[in-house]
Amino acid sequence: MTTTHHPAAAPEPGAHAGVLAYLVTAAAVLLLMMSFGLLMRMEQAQLIDMGPNWFYQLMTLHGAGMVGIAGIAGAAIMWHFLRQYVDLSAGIFIANLVLFLGGVVMILASVLLGNFHGAWTFLYPMPSQSMGMWSPQAAALFMGGLLVIGVGFVLLHLDIARAVIARYGNFARALGWPQLFGRDDGKAPPPTVVASTMVTIVNLTGLVVGASILTMMLVNLYVPSFVIDALLAKGMIYFFGHVFINATIYMAVIAVYEILPRYTRRPWKANKVFLASWSASTLMVMFIFPHHLLMDFAFPTWMLVMGHVIGYLNTFPILVVTGYGALMIVYRSGIRWDMTSRLLFVSLFGWAAGAMPAFIDGTITVNLVMHNTLWVPGHFHTYLLLGMVAMVFGFMYYLGKSDRQEDDSFVGRAAFWGFTGGTLGFTLSFLYSGKESVARRYAAHLPEWVPYDRIGSLFAALVVASSLLFVIRFLSRLGLAGRNVPRIPLAHGTAL
Amino acid sequence: MQQVAWLLSLALMLLVAMGFGFVALRSGRRADDYTPLQVRAYRIRTKLFWALVLVLGPAMVYTLLDLPYAAGHAHASPSGAPALAIDAKGYQWRWELSRNEVAVGQAVEFRVTAADINHGFALYDPAMRLVAQTQAMPGYVNRLNYTFERAGTYKVLCLEYCGIAHHNMVAEIKVADR
Repeated sequence: MTTTHHPAAAPEPGAHAGVLAYLVTAAAVLLLMMSFGLLMRMEQAQLIDMGPNWFYQLMTLHGAGMVGIAGIAGAAIMWHFLRQYVDLSAGIFIANLVLFLGGVVMILASVLLGNFHGAWTFLYPMPSQSMGMWSPQAAALFMGGLLVIGVGFVLLHLDIARAVIARYGNFARALGWPQLFGRDDGKAPPPTVVASTMVTIVNLTGLVVGASILTMMLVNLYVPSFVIDALLAKGMIYFFGHVFINATIYMAVIAVYEILPRYTRRPWKANKVFLASWSASTLMVMFIFPHHLLMDFAFPTWMLVMGHVIGYLNTFPILVVTGYGALMIVYRSGIRWDMTSRLLFVSLFGWAAGAMPAFIDGTITVNLVMHNTLWVPGHFHTYLLLGMVAMVFGFMYYLGKSDRQEDDSFVGRAAFWGFTGGTLGFTLSFLYSGKESVARRYAAHLPEWVPYDRIGSLFAALVVASSLLFVIRFLSRLGLAGRNVPRIPLAHGTAL
Repeated sequence: MQQVAWLLSLALMLLVAMGFGFVALRSGRRADDYTPLQVRAYRIRTKLFWALVLVLGPAMVYTLLDLPYAAGHAHASPSGAPALAIDAKGYQWRWELSRNEVAVGQAVEFRVTAADINHGFALYDPAMRLVAQTQAMPGYVNRLNYTFERAGTYKVLCLEYCGIAHHNMVAEIKVADR
């Protein structure tokens, strides 16, 4: 009836140098983008005065950078564990990072040298209509940078698709469909393979759509008579954006599937419910995107209603399968709480908790008065920062452990509580601001909005400081991260 | 609506936190035999699933009953008069309204579009509470129906990022008592 995971006395494998390069890149960009985010909050709080031009430049970099490194960090986790089941190409993996870095340089140049500040969502036709604020070359550099990054991820996913098909025959088997729709013979692929297959299917689809609209817009930049339908462009951009950013969580959660069972010495089962939920998520993550377009009244109403409905359905796999699954294996497991297990456990809380204001926002009548207020960054920062990023930090702590007996430092524990409390305070300040109708993406706020911004800035500073401590600890242990050592402390009441 | 969304979100997030907190507190002493725990947990999960279906299902359907896309979304004018049409067009970085004075109780159909790029047409009441919005998009006209319920100055803000003066893109609508 089940597959997988198993506690073991064997040492956990260290990380490939490529995985470490991904994580170092992700950590560096993450800290930089967090600092930009803090500066933006402080500007809104009127604690500093950088002006709208800088604000929107930083906003553009913050969005593009965070989405990019979420992809990079998620891919590192997925690749690290997936290669234990299928034969992946290290060359392609590195090529993706090289292309990513090339794209980052293009985007930085576009924004910092070319003054591009059209937001990471590059909504058509803004890149080509800047009112003289940036040149077509700057816009082309930005969109070209995104395209280069996208090509890297397409290569990575094609390699994963190749490896998964070589091992399991086809995607249906890799998603466990024979066990889902037939008799569960206990031979379903492990959760890591199921999740990686799902991510590969949705990301390849999303990236092709994203690359298509980027290419169309690049043509439009230089051939203005090549006009694109603005609603079609928006639909394509949000389809790509939604799929890509959600896929980062589905990649990162593999760390939870792999590591938490080792801590609790209980299996995370790829049973029928698990398989059904991942197959359902494969479809839902692709068909939910109209919930970004609920205020585009001209969009077909049936698609908007579909976005609303799937928003509700989408909470089920998160709450009932993955969130609940973590609770099941931890309950009375004798788990030893260290930084890794704490961060991974809290990451599922962050994901599940953030899904609550998210599905409420996806309710059409709520969206009418909440869309594009700070409610939106309120919910996505909850599941990305306290969810996805916490998974990444948990993975970093896991790799940096020298042995299973090692105790956490006081500083590390303080950073954990600083990160958790800081993120909750930070996201709740966004959500409360959204409730108070505070507009999103505003360089300057009305006086009555400023107190929320000041509270938010305080918590954001706490998040940045805690994250800095996490990253310093990880960087100081890069040597350990590559070694095969037993990293997981034994659960209470268990023996080797 | 905002207050309901806020309280509901807080309550649901708190419930999730309680679930995680409960399990964290009960994680220390190991139950060696996992099978009976699993059986019980699966039973509870089935109940949780159906509880969610029973709570979220009706909420999902109920909230679909009054969609803002239909002309009937605005309350009819007390006089029974047809909705007043106001054309709204977004430019970088200003709003052009065909009319900016209406009476309390007047049902209005805003015909919203954009001359250049995407904007967001958001209506704020005199207390600066967001009461309705739609996207303003080149090549499309989105029809937003709204009945003004309070006298005073309403504001139109842009809620789709449109460039360096996005936050300054404000227009006013004066709503007078009848």
